Amino acid sequence: MLTIGAVCEAGKSRLNKTGSWRDYYPEITAKCTGCGICELFCPDSSITIIDKKCIINYDYCKGCGICANECPKTAILMKEERK
Amino acid sequence: MSRTAVMEGSFAVAEAVKACRPEVIAAYPISPQTHIIEELSKYVADNELSSKYVRADSEFSAASIVYGSSGTGARSYTASSSQGLLLMTEVLYAMAGTRLPVVLTGVNRTVSAPITIQPDHQDTMALRDTGVIQIYVENIQEAYATHIQAFKLAEDHDILLPVMVCMDGWILTHTFEPVKIEEQELVDKFLPPFVPKYRLDPKNPLTYGSYGDDEVPEFRYMMHFAMEKAKTKIQLIAEEYKEIFGDYFGGLTEAYKCEDAEIILVAMGSVIGTIKETIDQLRSEGKKVGVLKVRTYRPFPAEEIFEIVKNAKIVAVIDKSISVGQGGQLATDIKAALINKKTPPLVYSCIAGMGGREVNINTVKYIINKSENSLITNQVPDIDYIEIKRQYLE
Ligand code: SF4
Ligand code: SF4
Repeated sequence: MLTIGAVCEAGKSRLNKTGSWRDYYPEITAKCTGCGICELFCPDSSITIIDKKCIINYDYCKGCGICANECPKTAILMKEERK
Repeated sequence: MSRTAVMEGSFAVAEAVKACRPEVIAAYPISPQTHIIEELSKYVADNELSSKYVRADSEFSAASIVYGSSGTGARSYTASSSQGLLLMTEVLYAMAGTRLPVVLTGVNRTVSAPITIQPDHQDTMALRDTGVIQIYVENIQEAYATHIQAFKLAEDHDILLPVMVCMDGWILTHTFEPVKIEEQELVDKFLPPFVPKYRLDPKNPLTYGSYGDDEVPEFRYMMHFAMEKAKTKIQLIAEEYKEIFGDYFGGLTEAYKCEDAEIILVAMGSVIGTIKETIDQLRSEGKKVGVLKVRTYRPFPAEEIFEIVKNAKIVAVIDKSISVGQGGQLATDIKAALINKKTPPLVYSCIAGMGGREVNINTVKYIINKSENSLITNQVPDIDYIEIKRQYLE
């Protein structure tokens, strides 16, 4: 049954793995200090800092490159996705 | 007890909105709508109304704010005119699609360019297909009543669509008339608090504006179906209002001296008053003329209109707007309402009053006179630009 106004339960976007849209993927290099700036900027909430390490969730990362652009240490490289 | 006071149309609307106890009001000033929201902000500042009043940085923001507040289950109101309404358009589509029962006043004003602040119906006509219910009012008392009716209609769980009360700028907003202001207790009885179907609440998160890959036709159908249901609801609500407050201005339409009329004028908004006056004069001369007020433009009451005009010989439709490259929107809809019927009356489409050009008794008499001539020659001009100054065009 469709709901009025397409209002539905929250969290449905998890079902849509947008990682498949990616042409470039971010790669974290050893220069990363774990400052967390990229985590704040990622529009897809695909970065988590765990133990001062930057972990990317490639299921949802769309490869926009904002993290690489914002990283003060230039610790993120954008590499072409080869499928 | 209700009280009657002579007041400006804008203030009467503000009184009506106040009586509906909106929880959130967001707006951006634009003539000729400004007095309404100015007065509402004053009520809030003076603690006469406990609404959250947000002066937005644009009409786009104002519409977005009431979109959000309505999503949280708060009764919400905004108002605008002309370019301001156009700036709201994107949000109004989303609001109607999300089925949020915001009430707004569309104070009719010409759209630029060229720029003018005078009234015509071009602005609200541009919002015709948004899914927002449109009710056009004839006078200030009707504007007062229709705002109170609008919240009840919008918030009905069978409807859940935004409702726009359309009123001619200046002619209705800035003139003074005696207005009956109803007792708060009775308004509360007529309009109980808003019970939302869904509610944005961090404790119970929901997705608003979700992705609808394969279901768009179904969602559009549901909106259209709600509009169809609104036809019955608008009538019922108008009758209930009459029962409680004693005033009735029509439901979807109002037929004035149409029963035996050979010529029926069709129009919307404040011009109806002028037409009624003309009809009275011509009736005293024995002419069989009447006027049909289209009060509800969306949903469009095609069946009801046909029933009223079916025995007339000619229907003259006045549009205060134009779909450039096609013609008058109301006339087009009237033609569509008659097209599959047996022996429908002729339809004479008149474009008048654009940019605020006066439509007075003489204008109406001219249209009726041309209608009479059309009946003799059995030829109707497809579209007639009333009182266009041809000397400027040559
Ligand atoms: S912004 Fe750069 S340095 Fe900071 S956590 Fe991200 S990748 Fe590491
Ligand atoms: S490339 Fe874009 S989406 Fe992917 S992690 Fe970086 S900021 Fe997020």
